[in-house]
Amino acid sequence: MIAHAIFFYTFSIIAVVSAIMVTASKNTVHSVFFLILDFISISCLFIMIGAEFLGMIMLIVYVGAVAVLFLFVVMMLNVAQQKNQWFAGEQSSRHIPVGLIISTLIFFEIIIVIGGWKYKPEIFDINNSLANTSVSNTHSLGQILYTDYIHVFQISGMILLVAMVGAIVLTFRQRSGLKRQSYIKQISRERAEGVEVLEVQSNKGVKIDD
Amino acid sequence: MIDIGLGHYLTLGAVIFSIGVIGIFLNRKNIIVILMSIELILLAVNINLVAFSIYLGDLAGQVFTLFILTVAAAEAAIGLAIIVVYFRNSGTIRVEEIDKLKG
Repeated sequence: MIAHAIFFYTFSIIAVVSAIMVTASKNTVHSVFFLILDFISISCLFIMIGAEFLGMIMLIVYVGAVAVLFLFVVMMLNVAQQKNQWFAGEQSSRHIPVGLIISTLIFFEIIIVIGGWKYKPEIFDINNSLANTSVSNTHSLGQILYTDYIHVFQISGMILLVAMVGAIVLTFRQRSGLKRQSYIKQISRERAEGVEVLEVQSNKGVKIDD
Repeated sequence: MIDIGLGHYLTLGAVIFSIGVIGIFLNRKNIIVILMSIELILLAVNINLVAFSIYLGDLAGQVFTLFILTVAAAEAAIGLAIIVVYFRNSGTIRVEEIDKLKG
């Protein structure tokens, strides 16, 4: 129990501090690194309370793919060195108190909901949770993911396909002056337009005009 | 304090959610940080789902977290593609200067 508490507080403090640093740091590259730290600590929390598969998937998907994508875009667009102040411009600083008030209100609303919740007493007992069953987390997740949730699973695959096609279509551009291979042109080429038979006279050579 | 229960995880989710909302409201630097704040909000939702799933003994929460992960990855890819195209066309992604719609 003590170890659980120590690990929980360590990882959650790291997560909260790095979440604050994501929004507050001046350099966008630092924001991405703090986002990675946040994901890593939250996935450690997941692994700790018994959702090992999700913790690992989170490491792979977020740290391995999404964060690297963010880093790639930040470096490609060269916006990392925007040395402006945090809230740029005086004329636009009117939104700051409004934003802070709204966020604090949202936070206290959620806290009130959590605090006023009536829990069943056995919920706080970790002994009846999923962590103590004989089947591993990944195994049991697979058992329901491919049977009860198979349609949702396939729809999420379709979402990924659409996102992939959409991202490619959005960022694709046809540049002029680029030599590309054209299969139609290659296949439909005839002998008549490609080969010319010339009568070569002696000591004259052949003149080719392009 | 020492006995970690469901409420602790829900509070952690609430804190991270609020930080994400603050990031969306207060950021005027560039739009990539706003996308990262959206990722933080989705992460907070994931924390809530996983905590409920573990403490209630129901695996459906973890399955839903898996789908949220999928949708979040798709959203990040599409959003970053849109940002790249916008930067190519207009040369800036500062939030204040994105005002083509005159909002």
